[in-house]
Amino acid sequence: MKLTLKVWRQKNSDDKGKIETYNVDNISEHMSFLEMMDVLNEQLIAEGKEPVAFDHDCREGICGMCSMFINGEPHGPGKGITTCQLHMRSFNDGDTIYIEPFRSRGFPVIKDLIVDRSAFDRIQQAGGYISINTSGNTIDANATPIPKDDADKAFDAATCIGCGACVATCKNSSAMLFISAKVSQLALLPQGKVEAKERVLAMVEQMDKEGFGNCSNTGACEVECPKGISLENIARLNREFLDASITSDK
Amino acid sequence: MSKELNSKVPTGQLKDLWTAHKDHIGLVNPANRRNIDIIVVGTGLAGGSASASLAEMGYNVKAFCFQDSPRRAHSIAAQGGINAAKNYQNDGDSVYRLFYDTEKGGDYRSREENTYRLAEVSANIIDQCVAQGVPFAREYGGLLDNRSFGGVQVSRTFYAKGQTGQQLLLGAYSAMNRQIAKGKITMYNRHEMLELVVVDGKARGIIARNLVTGKLERHSAHAVVLGTGGYGNVFFLSTNAMGSNASAAWRAHKKGAYFANPCYTQIHPTCIPRSGDYQSKLTLMSESLRNDGRIWVPKNMEDAVAIREGRLKPTDIKPEDRDYYLERRYPAFGNLVPRDVASRAAKERCDAGYGVNKTGEAVYLDFSSAIMRYGKEQANLHHEYDASDDRIRELGEKIVEAKYGNLFQMYEKIVDQNPYKTPMMIYPAVHYTMGGLWVDYNLMTTIDGCYCIGEANFSDHGANRLGASALMQGLADGYFVLPYTIGDYLQHEIRTGKISTETPEFDEAEKNVKERLEFFINNKGTKSVDHFHRLLGKIMWDNVGMARNEAGLKEAIVEIKRIREEFYKDVFVPGEMNEMNPELEKATRVADFMELAELFAVDALHRTESCGGHFREESQTEEGEALRDDKNFAYVAAWEWTGNPGEAVLHKEKLEFKGIELKQRSYK
Repeated sequence: MKLTLKVWRQKNSDDKGKIETYNVDNISEHMSFLEMMDVLNEQLIAEGKEPVAFDHDCREGICGMCSMFINGEPHGPGKGITTCQLHMRSFNDGDTIYIEPFRSRGFPVIKDLIVDRSAFDRIQQAGGYISINTSGNTIDANATPIPKDDADKAFDAATCIGCGACVATCKNSSAMLFISAKVSQLALLPQGKVEAKERVLAMVEQMDKEGFGNCSNTGACEVECPKGISLENIARLNREFLDASITSDK
Repeated sequence: MSKELNSKVPTGQLKDLWTAHKDHIGLVNPANRRNIDIIVVGTGLAGGSASASLAEMGYNVKAFCFQDSPRRAHSIAAQGGINAAKNYQNDGDSVYRLFYDTEKGGDYRSREENTYRLAEVSANIIDQCVAQGVPFAREYGGLLDNRSFGGVQVSRTFYAKGQTGQQLLLGAYSAMNRQIAKGKITMYNRHEMLELVVVDGKARGIIARNLVTGKLERHSAHAVVLGTGGYGNVFFLSTNAMGSNASAAWRAHKKGAYFANPCYTQIHPTCIPRSGDYQSKLTLMSESLRNDGRIWVPKNMEDAVAIREGRLKPTDIKPEDRDYYLERRYPAFGNLVPRDVASRAAKERCDAGYGVNKTGEAVYLDFSSAIMRYGKEQANLHHEYDASDDRIRELGEKIVEAKYGNLFQMYEKIVDQNPYKTPMMIYPAVHYTMGGLWVDYNLMTTIDGCYCIGEANFSDHGANRLGASALMQGLADGYFVLPYTIGDYLQHEIRTGKISTETPEFDEAEKNVKERLEFFINNKGTKSVDHFHRLLGKIMWDNVGMARNEAGLKEAIVEIKRIREEFYKDVFVPGEMNEMNPELEKATRVADFMELAELFAVDALHRTESCGGHFREESQTEEGEALRDDKNFAYVAAWEWTGNPGEAVLHKEKLEFKGIELKQRSYK
């Protein structure tokens, strides 16, 4: 395959940045999108130019590090995949592909396609945990049976990889799918119920501080989420938040 | 200045050692812990759990990871599960049996006291993780579910679908977050350790590079903990993440930490075969698939050729024309033999010409039997006693989907084939390294105050790791072992006070790092870092991979040196030092791999026996199984750096076994 790539280049966070055009040849349909980017970078290095900086690590769709906006979609075309799982068979010979970083006020660009997602860490630090020490002196793991349905729902929410596609695709730059995943996981489990109210209030407060918008139910996040995190979690987040706002002592 | 090995294993009955050791080990009182700083490098299961635990105890922790968040460490990609001797399934499991299986699975090349302790604390891990909100798989009664893994005859593996590593890591990450919020952990994301600073024989800090600004930073502490994972990427292609590297451990090695058993590498049997030269990494399919998948190749050569040429499909081959070679060779364990055995058996069939993809390097992993078996069970449950085959298949596929859905989906995304309808293709790939920095019973390396935990150390898995034991070890070390044992060293540090970074040792360390980085920037060669990394990986895979022999290893040593020289002569690193520069990051990592690779081959050459993942063709039974030489090789090979990887000095820690009788491993 021959492709034309329109890639966002930005030297650092102070640079204005612009789209550059590159051509690549001999791209196999079995390559992953990132392997295609490797080919481009090898080509740039051979020409003595600076390669395109992009985040990536596990290359199997679980670490959440890769983060490109490809032809107007986070992680590109295809459902339920990250950029590293996108294969070139999704494109045609002669295509022009636009590659940009995730865009949001909460995710400033560091370089080229790399953005700063530390806002997500700070939201988790605000309350995305159960306050127990790791002494091992807890009760036996089977002492508290958990209905399978609750455990399965908690698991489904917990599969969020924190990539930020939900924010990147949302017209409001809302991080509510991300937050609702953690709030739901812990609210569905008896272990997490103890602090559920404080948790939801603290996480939402931090979300607002980071400059993320609110949810207006367009549902783009659910469509683009590589892990298929359900919009139901946002509904649960809203219920938890409302309940906590009215009944919490804080 | 060589140092004798002292494993500091306490004396006494194996089953009481850890308890007795904890009872008598030195402690630091809570008021003093506030004045002690600990650096933890790496935030995977080992580093993340250690950071959280140490901070909870009151120490000041500085944690480092090269990724943009601690949650992205490669532990996240572990799929199948975590072992624990809970005996919830009432199938006769116990601490001793878990110890026994781990020791035997490791082909009797690990320190039995460490392995026993691992088995002992395993049950606590599950309690801890459930309390943290880790959503393990459950049965309809609400209790935890288990599955079985290779090399054992009980069901002791806890799991969260195919994302167990992710869920456990997010548990450790959440425990870290709680401490970061309190200010007890200072988190340094996008930072890479490039040097260990040793002052008067003690580890006192690190030089780290801020990967965003490119600036070098000095960080001091009373102890340094390395939880930096394995060195599988020395092979270029492996299931490790792209950024996984050995630099932290290698830097410590060059400062005096002995490197143990570098040749013990795990080649995982169930990975997706490579598709072309552009391949950047390999993807693992969880070993849990071997619970229900049957591995086969065609019995007849004509069929194998026809499949490779696309004239036949696997579903065209009749059951009697299939060679289920693991079931044939190992009737007792069948498809659930340990990883090293399964990998070699696949290589044997493919080398003999029975491979099933274009490259000839693939075997089938087939779920059709399991789908029909589950389907029948479901039909009975639904009272559909005369269900058609199609209906049974439909019901069975649902069960298989519930168990392995995400793995099947992952496979389909990569290979573009539906594994419910046609068998998966798999082939072995480098996955885990059992070798690592030598540590004593307290997990301290041969540098005082420098600890090593998780995959980065050598201690618990011998020459082969059993499935679902890596997660167990990472969390055991970080949550339950290191937090106790580190006190034994730190009790002597309560009067030390803050450690200055304005000392000649820090000056020297930073200067060395700076010179190394400047070299790469100024080298202006003609070839990329990846070019050399691929060359290194090829020689490692061909000569130091699944089967090794004297001639091949000697050739590898010569080749590695040659590639290393070429690398320094001709590598081109674009960009600058004081900016974000991913190529420069790669260059320093690959430079360290170039040295480690040589020590790896030297170790493999010296160990003329076969054991676990280390298979020397000269040492095998008549049936082609690995043949150990306990008389000459029942020791840990700990290598001391003397200025050149080829001239490392060998120190031996003799392995003595009191709790287990050494046997030739058999899974027949």
